[in-house]
Amino acid sequence: MTLADTLQTSFRTVLSYRIRSLLIVLAMALGVASVVVLTALGDGARNYVINQFSSIGTNLLVVLPGRAETSGSFLGAVLGQTPRDLTLKDAQLLGRLPQVRRYAPLNVGAAELSAVNRLREVTVLGSNADLIPVRHMQLAQGSFLAHGTERNAQIVLGAKIAREFFPRSQAIGQRVRLGDSRFIVSGVLASQGESMGFNTDEIVIIPIDYAQQMFNTTSLFRILIEAKSHNDIEPAKRAILAALKQSHDGEEDVTVITQDAILATFDRILHTMTLAVAGIAAVSLIVAGILVMNVMLVAVNQRTAEIGLLKAIGATSSDIRRLFFAEAVWLSFAGAVFGSLLGQLGSLMLRLAYPQLPAWAPVWASIAGVLVALITGIAACLWPANQAARLDAVQALSKR
Amino acid sequence: MIRLNAITRTFHMGDQVVHALNDINLVITSGEYVSIMGPSGSGKSTLLNIIGLLDRPDSGRYELDGRLVTDLPEIEQARIRREKIGFVFQSFHLVPRLTAAENIELPLILSGVPQEQRQIRVDEALQAFELKQRAQHRPAELSGGQRQRVAIARATIMRPSVILADEPTGNLDHQIGAEVMTLLENLHHSGTTLIIVTHDRELGARAHRQIAMRDGKILTDQSDDTR
Ligand SMILES: Nc1ncnc2c1ncn2[C@@H]1O[C@H](COP(=O)(O)OP(=O)(O)O)[C@@H](O)[C@H]1O
Ligand SMILES: [Mg+2]
Repeated sequence: MTLADTLQTSFRTVLSYRIRSLLIVLAMALGVASVVVLTALGDGARNYVINQFSSIGTNLLVVLPGRAETSGSFLGAVLGQTPRDLTLKDAQLLGRLPQVRRYAPLNVGAAELSAVNRLREVTVLGSNADLIPVRHMQLAQGSFLAHGTERNAQIVLGAKIAREFFPRSQAIGQRVRLGDSRFIVSGVLASQGESMGFNTDEIVIIPIDYAQQMFNTTSLFRILIEAKSHNDIEPAKRAILAALKQSHDGEEDVTVITQDAILATFDRILHTMTLAVAGIAAVSLIVAGILVMNVMLVAVNQRTAEIGLLKAIGATSSDIRRLFFAEAVWLSFAGAVFGSLLGQLGSLMLRLAYPQLPAWAPVWASIAGVLVALITGIAACLWPANQAARLDAVQALSKR
Repeated sequence: MIRLNAITRTFHMGDQVVHALNDINLVITSGEYVSIMGPSGSGKSTLLNIIGLLDRPDSGRYELDGRLVTDLPEIEQARIRREKIGFVFQSFHLVPRLTAAENIELPLILSGVPQEQRQIRVDEALQAFELKQRAQHRPAELSGGQRQRVAIARATIMRPSVILADEPTGNLDHQIGAEVMTLLENLHHSGTTLIIVTHDRELGARAHRQIAMRDGKILTDQSDDTR
């Protein structure tokens, strides 16, 4: 029996048991589709997080007061307290390091903003002119805090604040009062919405000196550093630690977080998650494989007389084995193809429903889904096909 | 030429031993028309299965066309079944989901005959067995006589030298049975060796050589000229 004839004959058999075949193909397809869709979801989430991180800056390092409990964990530093203060002097020192392109010191607080006859509490960021490039922020109108004019009473408004306070008139050049001080609006931030849990639309930015004065502090909340290049990130981190250790009397009391490290951590977590859901989805494929095995065993039993007949008219055991085998290959193949299409469709619907989520199934997942479907389907058929091949012709023929 | 030498076939049913064939010696020359008769359980089917290489004897020698076939490997035996032997069964054994034409085509597919040739040969067979109108019908849509005609067409499509028919008329009424016998006898007239198992004395008597079996042994073996 030629290979083409084997495939064709078993294909016709698959077609003639329509409902049975449809059910198996559906089970297989759902398994493959769930692998594709779930990995699309997982990988989409991963890419979403990576995009979010990239949007807050490139080659970014964050210096914060306090030492991480365990090296490599930034959580300890975020949660820990009572470190020695970071000061503007520290920030200027870091700005002079050869690996550092620019830096932006950061203070955060809250104050009452009033103008015309409006009043509301806002989040206040104190920083310098380089905050815009370091943090990848964008201006909608006007200008940001000018270089070397930290003592000018300028204020930059978040998009929403500007809209609220000056719905009709031009915000630039307006006088506002923040806390007890007066400021002139020099710029308005472009609307960016939420980014890493921080809504830049509802903040105001003032020069760092004013902020320190207003909140009556000399310490900084963070120092944002942009390294000169990607390769400079690690050297910059070491240089920063060394420089601050020296100026802090030999104490290592700051933590430097690199964007890269955070990204890598998230990347790892989300990648593992994607693998995990893919694995769970793959279990449904194994279940489908068991279904194939069961159906093929029933088929062998049902077609015992037919197998006997085939042997009587000259089929060899391996002809019989191949026929049943090919049947399983067709079923698994159809299930895999149909499932891939279904999975792509599902991912497309995810992307339509959540446009910000890049839910594309990774190529490896699609290929793995199809392969696992084919392999389980075929493996599940080995035993039934062997049973069929080993049937005794005379006894098989006498079975009704 | 079929030559059976001291063939035995034993079945074990629990601790009971059944000698289905007990020291059978038999020579059937090419082109003979032989009927095998005997009560149920006398070993007729077992004998036919061994001649058709569907079953192996426990001991004895079987030569087909001068070649010892008893101990051939499975693949070789399958090939001989394909090329030299045609089986016809009492219950037809058609594949229910295939059409008449597709059932007839099966042995050609197993032998790897190319598609175009298969088409031609199946058409010829449908013509010869007056099944042209029924080519696309499934077995369930055919009468008993038509089903057996399909089965005979299938058994002969490879032009075998031996036709083995195990009670081919057992499921047919008398008249249709006689028609089927005529078809089989026509094959004999064109040179095929024809071996028919039947328990119908009248049909059995149409053969030129009649073998009677009982308890796995050949009781009588008569040829027309010696009668
Ligand atoms: N597979 C088998 N297992 C056990 N006994 C069998 C088997 N096949 C045949 N027999 C026994 O062998 C004897 C001959 O059977 P068989 O050749 O079918 O007889 P016949 O065809 O003449 O009715 C019977 O007694 C039957 O019960
Ligand atoms: Mg019998």
